[in-house]
This record gives sequence, C-alpha cells and structure tokens, in this order.
Amino acid sequence: MSKDNQVLEELTSKEYEHGWTTNFETDSAPKGLNEDIIRFISAKKSEPEWLLEWRLSAFRQWTKMKEPTWPNVTYPPINYQDIIYYSAPKQKATPKNLEDVDPELIKTFEKLGISLTEQKRLTGVAVDAVIDSVSVATTFKETLGELGIIFCSFSEAVLKHPDLVKKYMGSVVPVNDNYFAALNSAVFTDGSFCYIPKGVRCPMELSTYFRINAANTGQFERTLIVADEGSYVSYLEGCTAPMRDENQLHAAVVEIYAMKDAQVKYSTVQNWYPGDKEGKGGIYNFVTKRGLCFGDGSKISWTQVETGSAITWKYPSCILKGDNSMGEFYSVAVTNNYQQADTGTKMIHIGKNTKSRIVSKGISAGHSQNSYRGQVHIMKRAEGARNFSQCDSLLMGDKCGAHTFPYIDVENNSAKIEHEATTSKIGEDQIFYCLQRGIDEESAVALIVNGYAKEVLNQLPMEFAVEAQKLLALTLEGSVG
Amino acid sequence: MLTIKNLQAKIGDKQILNGINLEVKPGEVHAIMGPNGSGKSTLASVLAGREEYEVTGGEVEFLGKDLLELEPEERAREGMFLAFQYPVEIPGVSTINFMKTAVNQIREHRGQPALDAVSFLGLMREKMKLVEIDQSLLNRSLNEGFSGGEKKRNEIFQMAMLEPKLAILDETDSGLDIDALKIVSNGVNKLRNKSNAVIVVTHYQRLLDYIVPDFVHVLYKGKIVKSGTKELALELEAKGYDWIKDEVSVA
Ligand SMILES: Nc1ncnc2c1ncn2[C@@H]1O[C@H](COP(=O)(O)OP(=O)(O)O)[C@@H](O)[C@H]1O
Ligand SMILES: [Mg+2]
Repeated sequence: MSKDNQVLEELTSKEYEHGWTTNFETDSAPKGLNEDIIRFISAKKSEPEWLLEWRLSAFRQWTKMKEPTWPNVTYPPINYQDIIYYSAPKQKATPKNLEDVDPELIKTFEKLGISLTEQKRLTGVAVDAVIDSVSVATTFKETLGELGIIFCSFSEAVLKHPDLVKKYMGSVVPVNDNYFAALNSAVFTDGSFCYIPKGVRCPMELSTYFRINAANTGQFERTLIVADEGSYVSYLEGCTAPMRDENQLHAAVVEIYAMKDAQVKYSTVQNWYPGDKEGKGGIYNFVTKRGLCFGDGSKISWTQVETGSAITWKYPSCILKGDNSMGEFYSVAVTNNYQQADTGTKMIHIGKNTKSRIVSKGISAGHSQNSYRGQVHIMKRAEGARNFSQCDSLLMGDKCGAHTFPYIDVENNSAKIEHEATTSKIGEDQIFYCLQRGIDEESAVALIVNGYAKEVLNQLPMEFAVEAQKLLALTLEGSVG
Repeated sequence: MLTIKNLQAKIGDKQILNGINLEVKPGEVHAIMGPNGSGKSTLASVLAGREEYEVTGGEVEFLGKDLLELEPEERAREGMFLAFQYPVEIPGVSTINFMKTAVNQIREHRGQPALDAVSFLGLMREKMKLVEIDQSLLNRSLNEGFSGGEKKRNEIFQMAMLEPKLAILDETDSGLDIDALKIVSNGVNKLRNKSNAVIVVTHYQRLLDYIVPDFVHVLYKGKIVKSGTKELALELEAKGYDWIKDEVSVA
C-alpha cells in the first residue's frame, strides 16, 4: 500500500494547470469529464486536499487505460463526455435528521419499499440510502454508535473518519486495478462506509439502497467495509433505477477488508433497469467488488442475485491472504430479452489452508446471453488450499445463450480443486406436471427457477430472500410459451 | 361426469388414439387395460391437456364443460387429477411447497381464501396418514432421488391433498411391492365417495383386487375393443391379450 501511495504522490505533486474557474449554479455538474469536473465534485463535498489529489491521480491513470474488451458482451462505445458525473437532488442544506430530508425523496424510498423511519428498527435493518450521487440519510446511527460501529455515507466518513478512509480506501481495489475502478476512483460521488470494531458482532443487517434517478447520470458509488479482528457483519445492497430510453452507466467499487477471524457477509439484490423488450435503454453495470481476507481465519462471503441491468460486468472476488481464511461466492444471474451478463468470481489463494466455494446459477431466457467467468488461483505458498466450484446454467427457450469460462491456475500441488458444471433446460414435462396440479404457467416457472436457485437464495437474509424470489419470477415473466 | 365420444389424437405424424368412447359416472371405478403401446398413457395425457398431443377428432365433456377447450391447469382446477406413470423431478422444490402452491391456486380459482400455514399443515398431516407417507419425504425435493415406490406414493398423497372429482391413475401399481400396493390402494379407496370417480390404468389385474373396478375396458391400437366387468380382468390375466388381438383382427 505504501508503494501505491508513493506512486500517487509522484503523480499528484505536479502543479495544477487548470485553475478553478467554473462556477456552477446548479447542483448538477455539466456533462463531460475533465479535471475541473473532478474538482467540482470534490469541492461540492468539501473534501480534504488529499482526496482531491487521489481523485486527480486516478483520473490521470484512467485516461491512459483502455476499456476492457474481453467480457462476452457487446455494446456501442460509451461516450464518457456525454455523461453527467455529479447530480445531487436539490436540498437546502445538509440534512441533520430525517425531518430535514426532502419529503419527495422519502416518497421515492417508500415506493422502493424502504422506510427510512425508525419503523425499520422493527425489522432490524439499518439503511444508508444513496440516490443519484448523494447519500441521503442513515438510520440507526445511534444504536450502532454505542457499539463503536461506524455506518455512514462515504462523504461523511471522509470528513469524520479520515484516518480510516485514508488507510483502507484503495487497499483492496487499487486505483489502477481496471478501467472502471479507475473511473470510479476519479469521480465517485458517494456510497457507504462501515467499520466494525474488534470483537463486535453487528446486531443488525446493514443495508444500502442505490437508485439512479436523473437522466444521463452516471452513478459511481464507493463502498468500504472494514471488519476488525474477530468482528462480524452482514451487509445488504439493493438497487433500482427508473425506466429510461438511454443507457446509463453505473460503475461502483466495493472494498471489504477483513482482519484476523473477522467475518463479512455481503449480499446484493441487483435490479437495475434492464432495458425494454427490444433491448433499448437499461443500465450498464460495470462493478468492481473485492474482499481481502487479510487476517488469518477471516471469511468473506458474497451472495448476489442479479436480475437487472442491460449489461452486467461484475466479479466479486476474494483475496485469501490470511492462513485458514475462506472465501465464498453464491450467485444467481438471470437474463431475459436482450440482457447480457458476464459475471463470476475470482478466488486468489495466497495463505495456507485457504478455502473457497463457488456456487453459480445462471438462468437465461429470451435473446439474452449469460456468461459465468471464474478464476481460481492457487499461489505457491497456499499449501493445502481447497476450492469447490459448481456452475449451473438453465436455459429457457432456444434463442438465449449460456457460457462458462472457468480458469484454474495451480502453483501448489497440494491443492484440491473440484469443479462441476451442468446445463439444463426447463423441461416441458416439468411445467406440465405443475399445470396438471392446477398451477399456472408463470407460477410454474417461478417455482422451478426458485428451486433451481435455492442453494443461493438460502444464503440471503430472510426478507431479502423473499424479495429475490419475487424478482426472479418478475424477470422471467412471459418468457415461456 | 366424463363423456368421451370418438376421441382421436396424434403426436407428430403418428395417429395414436383412433376413436375412443367412454362414459364415466360419479362413484364409478373404471379400469383401462391393454398391451404396451396401445395408447393408455396417451389417453391420460390428452385428457389432462398435454400440448404435444393433437386432438384430431371427437368430443370430451367433463362436468358439463367442453374439456378440450380448457387449459391444462383449468382442467386440474375443475377437478381432474393425473397420477403420472413417470412423475418428474423438480430440484429444490419440496412436495410441501409444491402442494402449497397448487392447493392455494385451486382455492383461488374456487373463490376461497388461501390456507394459512397452520391450516395447510393440518390438512397435510391428515392426508399423510391416509397414504402412510413420511414427512421427511415431503420435505425433500419433489421426486428427486425417490424410489419408484416413493414416487407413486407421493402421487397418491397429492391426489389426497387436491381431492379431485376424477382421478386418472396411470400405472400407479408398477414398481410397488405388495405392501406398498396395499397402502396405496387403501388410500385411493378411502378417498372414494359417491361424487368422485377413478380411472385406473394398469397392466396387471393384481391392483384390481384392491381397487375393485365397476368396469374394465381393453384398449388396443388406440381403440377400446372390449368392455366388461371385473371378470374381464381375470380373464385377461389368465389368457393374456392375444385372444383379444385375434378377436380384433377377425372382426
Ligand atoms: N412423445 C411421443 N412421440 C412419439 N410417439 C409416442 C410418444 N408418446 C407415445 N408414443 C407412441 O404412442 C403409442 C402409445 O403410447 P402410450 O400411450 O405410452 O402407450 P401405453 O401407455 O398404452 O403403453 C406408442 O406406440 C408410443 O411409442
Ligand atoms: Mg403407459
């Protein structure tokens, strides 16, 4: 990390050439991306100088990088100058509590089924809601505060806990990790920050909801979760976006840092707008998610249910550095109509006796393309490492595609690796069996698909599992017959 | 209850049913027998509404409705049940979950409210006793890894849960040992009453010792070539099917 910082410093110590001249009246930046825009974002958020420099350095690296072409997805070139990089819902002043939040915003959240009010206490979920680019309100701060847990918007963390942010931001996903991570590092607008102190078991699910609202807006949120020794946290992420004709870019970064014996469970139900039946519109979801099992005996578990987005490019990964650490990846990815998904995981085994488990369930319908891409890398030092991978594909109809790209690198002969893969079709006879029992076709498909994805859905916290089941059914509506 | 007139059906280019006539009244048990490949399962599938089979002629009336006009799930909701010869597996879906969905969709169709968890469990317990099935089986994925006998017993359990007006049992006896056969038959008999009816498709007369039919029909080359009472089944058992085939070719 210190090496990274050195590089950063070299890059950012250059004299600033552009000067801050533009004075924006609105709460949106104009379209386009340049150093002035980045300065604007940073200024809007009253950020410290070091963060502005971090962003600028990321931007300069990004301009030298190329958009990846290896994923099994196709889309017209993205014009990065045609995107608005900062858009804040208009508000008089920073809200201090829920009463100060714009009631229209609260209504939006209520439509999403998220109540920001203290009612949520009953369900035991603490919510940090990010709309467009600004984190609006965080509930339960006090309850969590008593345990020393920090759960707040990223912007707030930057101001109130700069040491933690400075120390861990970019430590799991370096600025120049990939094209979209670099872009995010330059322009990220908000997100969530979470720190669980030593030995603390977070008593409730922590949850973030993301929503893209404004047109032509990119959403670039950044999430950082730091779990100190022996701590535990379960974190939920949900997302939605309204229907729009044009494609919108979402390029998030999620970093998880787990110290000795810490456990982090990260669950996502992704429901970005997938575009219409002809494939028009929809979110481009290019996300970098990575967890570092830094300490011995730590564990990071990713569970994702991916139903939305026009294009999904996403590989939640684990770097198993600590001895006896463990990484898990449970995924259901559904594609319908013209959706494209290229998703999977990377499990990098560095420490001794590290274990990883991958369960991926792809479901393709309509004209969609669904790819699993997974890498299991056992490094030299990883004596006694183990991996189990199960990659299943379910096809509905004959116009869709399912693809599996497993990469396995083994540098230590003591490793044990198991890989299983199946491809199946929803059988006419399975559906007929359901119909004959009085179950209609939509419900039959929902039943069969949920059964197929059960092992993954079982990993989700209860209320999320129910939501995910409904989403799967909704996504596949009208895809048979 | 069920009136089949001159029913003809094909799959692909293959004509399988060649003019079936059958009348089933409430309270009756009909047995349909016949050599392998004569069209017994096809008849059952056509009645249940399987799409692959194309009806090329004839009429079927079920409880005053034109059966052939109804979607398969509507037929089920109207009270038709098919115990499959080869029940399919549905991974990850337990029989309990499956039945809960079915029962509640049928109830919705009848304008009844959905059963809550407690009432559903109560209903299930009662029906489990009837077919002496263990709850552990019902918690498992539907038919996945079930033995032949377990699958058949599970079919009858579902029949008990759905209380159909007309049940068609397609070779429910195959794969059952004698004890299981008794249990399954016993279950079916307990479910019988004056207002429902059963069609038993079977190869062997053995099942008919337990589920005693009012009528026995012999299906051959897609036609009912002989009908009689349960004595006909005994005769078939003793003489095989050849004399029927001979009779047909003579005629
Ligand atoms: N899906 C199918 N495709 C082609 N032929 C079929 C199909 N189903 C049944 N048949 C044929 O129809 C005939 C009747 O089959 P079936 O109804 O299963 O007879 P049974 O149940 O009396 O043994 C057989 O010759 C069988 O091969
Ligand atoms: Mg048959």
